[in-house]
Amino acid sequence: MLNSTNKTAYGKVEKLKVNLQPVLWLLPLAFLGVCYFYPLGAILRYSLAEGEHTASALAALSDPYVLRTLWFTIWQAALSTLLTLLVGLPGAYLIGRYRFRGKALLRALTAIPFIMPTVVVAAGFNALLGARGWINLGLMRALQLETPPLLIVNTLWAILLAHVFYNTTIVIRLVGDFWARLDPRMTQAARNLGATPWRTFTHITAPLLSPAVLTAAMLVFIFNFTSFGVILILGGPRFATLEVAIYRQTLNFFNLPLAALLSLLQLFCTLGLTIAYMRLAARVSRPLNACSPQTTQRRLTTLRTRLAAGVIIIVLLALLVAPLGALAARSTFKLEADRGERGIVTTGFTLNYYRELFTNRRQSLFFVTPIETIGVSLRNALLTVVLSLGLGLPTAGMLARRTRLGRWLDPILMLPLGTSAVTLGFGFIIAFNRPPLNLRASPLLLPLAHTLVAFPFVIRSLLPAWTSIRPQLRQAAAVLGSSPSRVWREIDLPLIGRAAIVAAAFAFTISLGEFGATALLSRPEFPTVPVAIFRYLSQPGALNYGQALALSTLLMIFCGGGMLAIESLRFGTVGEI
Amino acid sequence: MKRNALHTYCVLALLLTGCGSATPIPASPRTLTVMTHDSFAVSEEVVAEFQAQHSAIVQFLAAGDAGTLVNQAILNKDVPLADVIFGIDNTLLTRALEADILEAYASPLLAEIPAQFKLDEEQRVTPVDFGDVCLNYDKAYFAEHNLALPESLEDLTAPEYSNLLVVENPASSSPGLAFLLATVGHFGPHGYLDFWVELRANGVKVVEDWETAYFTEFSGSSGKGPYPLVVSYASSPPAEVIFAEEQPEEAPTGSVIAPDTCFRQIEFVGILRATENRDLAEAWIDFMLSPTFQNDMPMQMFVFPVNPRAELPTEFIQHAQLAAQPATVEPDDITAYREEWIESWTNTMLR
Repeated sequence: MLNSTNKTAYGKVEKLKVNLQPVLWLLPLAFLGVCYFYPLGAILRYSLAEGEHTASALAALSDPYVLRTLWFTIWQAALSTLLTLLVGLPGAYLIGRYRFRGKALLRALTAIPFIMPTVVVAAGFNALLGARGWINLGLMRALQLETPPLLIVNTLWAILLAHVFYNTTIVIRLVGDFWARLDPRMTQAARNLGATPWRTFTHITAPLLSPAVLTAAMLVFIFNFTSFGVILILGGPRFATLEVAIYRQTLNFFNLPLAALLSLLQLFCTLGLTIAYMRLAARVSRPLNACSPQTTQRRLTTLRTRLAAGVIIIVLLALLVAPLGALAARSTFKLEADRGERGIVTTGFTLNYYRELFTNRRQSLFFVTPIETIGVSLRNALLTVVLSLGLGLPTAGMLARRTRLGRWLDPILMLPLGTSAVTLGFGFIIAFNRPPLNLRASPLLLPLAHTLVAFPFVIRSLLPAWTSIRPQLRQAAAVLGSSPSRVWREIDLPLIGRAAIVAAAFAFTISLGEFGATALLSRPEFPTVPVAIFRYLSQPGALNYGQALALSTLLMIFCGGGMLAIESLRFGTVGEI
Repeated sequence: MKRNALHTYCVLALLLTGCGSATPIPASPRTLTVMTHDSFAVSEEVVAEFQAQHSAIVQFLAAGDAGTLVNQAILNKDVPLADVIFGIDNTLLTRALEADILEAYASPLLAEIPAQFKLDEEQRVTPVDFGDVCLNYDKAYFAEHNLALPESLEDLTAPEYSNLLVVENPASSSPGLAFLLATVGHFGPHGYLDFWVELRANGVKVVEDWETAYFTEFSGSSGKGPYPLVVSYASSPPAEVIFAEEQPEEAPTGSVIAPDTCFRQIEFVGILRATENRDLAEAWIDFMLSPTFQNDMPMQMFVFPVNPRAELPTEFIQHAQLAAQPATVEPDDITAYREEWIESWTNTMLR
C-alpha cells in the first residue's frame, strides 16, 4: 500500500513542485499584503494626499539637518554593528563549538537584554554606570575622587554600549547555531596539511561561516539603523536617527507629509541594504555537510581553552548581564533612606515592591496583577511564535530553492524590519479601524503586529540552515521512493529543527519585548508587561519606582525561563540531528 | 451606510418578533467607547456606578500619550474610534478644534465650573481637571546646603543654582513643553530664547522624557540622581507621600510656586463627531463633572478637579501647593507657534 502510493508519488514530485510554488507563495504574500502593505499604503496615501503640503515637505527634506541625521544614523549603526560582532563572535564560537556546564543558562541570560524596555535598561545602566551609579561610587571611594570619573550616560558611548547590549544575542544565536553544525573535518584536514591556525581560520572557517555572519550583521545593522528608544533615552535629546526624526514629526509636530517622506527614505535605505546583502549572501553561501553538534562540540579540556572561555564568559556577563543584575538587585533594596539618613546608597533588603505588585491599593479599574499581565504577554508571544513559524517555514523553504521569483521576493520580505514603527503603527490605526478589517479591539491585532517584526528574523534564522542542505540528499530520498512529505519529515525537518528553535526563540522574545506598536495598539485592561512597567514609571513615588523594577525583574526571570524551555524543546531527533 | 444599518435592524426586529417569544427580550446593554491617553486611571466602583445608572458598558481605548491621542482621533476622523475623547489638554486644544473632530455639548454642570478653565466658547470641549507643571525641589538638598528657593525664572540663571536643574525636551515631553511655555509666557516670544541661552550657560541638563528626568536625574526621587531641581508637577510631592513605603509626615520634595514659574495644564473631554451614542456620551460628560468622578481623580491620575464642589484627599491638602499665578499663553498662539518655538529652542539648546 505504502509502496504503491510512493511509486505514483515519485512521478508527481517534480510536477508538484512546479505547480505548488506560486500557491505556497500566496500565504506569506497575503500576510504581508494585508498586514504590511495595506496599512503602510493607507498611512502614506493619507499623509501625502495634499500636493501642496507634500511639496513643502520635500523642500524640508533637503534641509542640511536631515542629511546630518541620515549620516549619523548610518555611521552609528555601522559602528554599533562592528562592536556587536566583536563581542558576539567569540561568544558564538564558544557556544557553537564547546560543551560546558551552564551553557543553556548562558544562552538564556544573553537573550534577556533583547526584550527589556529601554526605560528600564536605562535605569539599569544608570544604577551601574550613572554619575551616582555603583561603579562611579566605588571608583570615587577607591581613588578618593571628588567627581565621578566615568561619564558615559548621554554620550555616544552609551548608545554604542546599549546597542551591543541589545543585539549581541542575535550574533550569538545565528552564528553560534551555524558554527555548531560546521563539519570539523575540513579544518582538521587543513591543519593536517600544515596550515597555521590563522590560515585555517581565514581560508576555511571564515568563508564557511560568512553567510551566517552576514545575516547576523545585516539584522543587527537594521536594528541599529532604526534605533529609537536607545538613542532618545540613553543618548539623550542631542542625538537623532531617522526613526527619531520620524517619531518627532509624527507625534509632536503632526507633520505627516514630512514623516511619510522620512519613512520612505528610511525604507529605501533598508531596501538597498537588503539587496546588497542578498547579492553578497548568494555569493558566499554554499551547501554543506551539516554535522550534529554532538560531533562538532568539544569539552573545555586544556587550560588555554578554559582560560579563553572564562574571559569570553566574563565579558558577556559584564556587558549583558551586569546591568540587569543591577536592576534586579535594586528591586529588592529599600529605595528610601530612613529618616535622617541621607546616604547615597540605601541598604536594607525588602520584598515590599513584589508584594505591592499584587495589591490594588486604589481600586483602579485598569489594575492587573503581574500574573495577569504576564499571561497577556505570554499569549501574545505564543501566538506570534505560531504565526511567524507557520508563515516562515514554508517561505524559507521556497526561498532556499533560489528560484527567480524567490530572488525577487526575498528583499521585500525583509521590509517590515526597516519600516518606521511609528509610521506602521499609525497605518494599523487607520487601516484596521474600519470595514473590511475592523480589528481595533481584536486580540489578534498585537500578535499580528509582532509577527510582522518577527517574520524577517524567522526567515533569516531558517534560511542558512535550509540552503546548506545538499539538494542531492533530497533527490536521493525522492529517487529512493520517499513521498514529498516523507522527504520533508526525515530530511528537511531534522536538518532545520535546530534553526526552527532559534527562530521560535526570536519570535518569542521579539513579542515579549515589543513596545512601540504595543503602546499604540494595546487595550488598557490587557497591558503587556512592558506597558505595565511603563505605567508604574509614569507616576512619582518610591513604590512606583520599586514596582517597575520588580516587574522588570519578573519579566527577566520569565523570559529566561521561556528561553530555557524553548531551548530544551526536542522533537524526536529534531535539534539533535 | 446609515440606511443599510436601519434596514438590518428592521429585518432583525421582524425576525425577533416573528419568532413570537412570549417573554420580552431585555435590552442588551449599549457600549460607550471612551478613547483616552495611557495616563488615564479611574476606580472600578466609579465606572460601575455609571454603568449601573445607564445600563451601559464603558469601554476604554488607551492610545499613547496625549499628543498621540489627538493625532489618532484626527487620523480616524471619518470613522471615529470612539464616542468620547478624554485627555485633550490646552497645549493641543486648537489642533483638535481646527481638525473639527468634535461635536458641541453644553453640560448643565458647566455652570459650576470656574471661568478660567472654559477655553472654548463653542463648548466643543468640556474641562475636567487641571494640574500645574512646576519646578520640584529636593527638600533635603536645599536644607543641607542652606539654599533659598528660586523666586522667579530669572533666579535660575544665578550662580547659586548652576548645575542644579534638569528639564525635559519640549519636543517630546508634555511637562517639558509646559515649562517652555511658562518661559514664553513670562519672557514673551522674543525674550524666552535669551533666557534659555543663560540657562544653558548655567548648566541646565536636558533629558528626553519625564521618567528619565524624575527617576534618573532628580535627587529627590527614589532614583537618587544628581540634580535637586526638576520640572515636574505640583501633584508630585503628594504622590511621593502616597507612594512612600512608610508614610512620612512631610513630603521629601516640594513645588516652587513663585509667580510665572508654573504652567497650568487643563484637560478636556469632548464628543467625537458622528457618534451613534450621543445621549450616553452626554451622560458620560455630565458624570465626569459630577462629584463622584471629580473626587476620584486626584488619587487616580494625580490631577486637580475643576469642580470646586469636589473634595481633595488629605494628602493633597497637606502636601500639594498650587501656583497662585501660573504663566499663561493663549491656546491659539500655542497652536500657531509651538512648532516654531520648539524648533528655535532645539536649535538653541541641542545643536
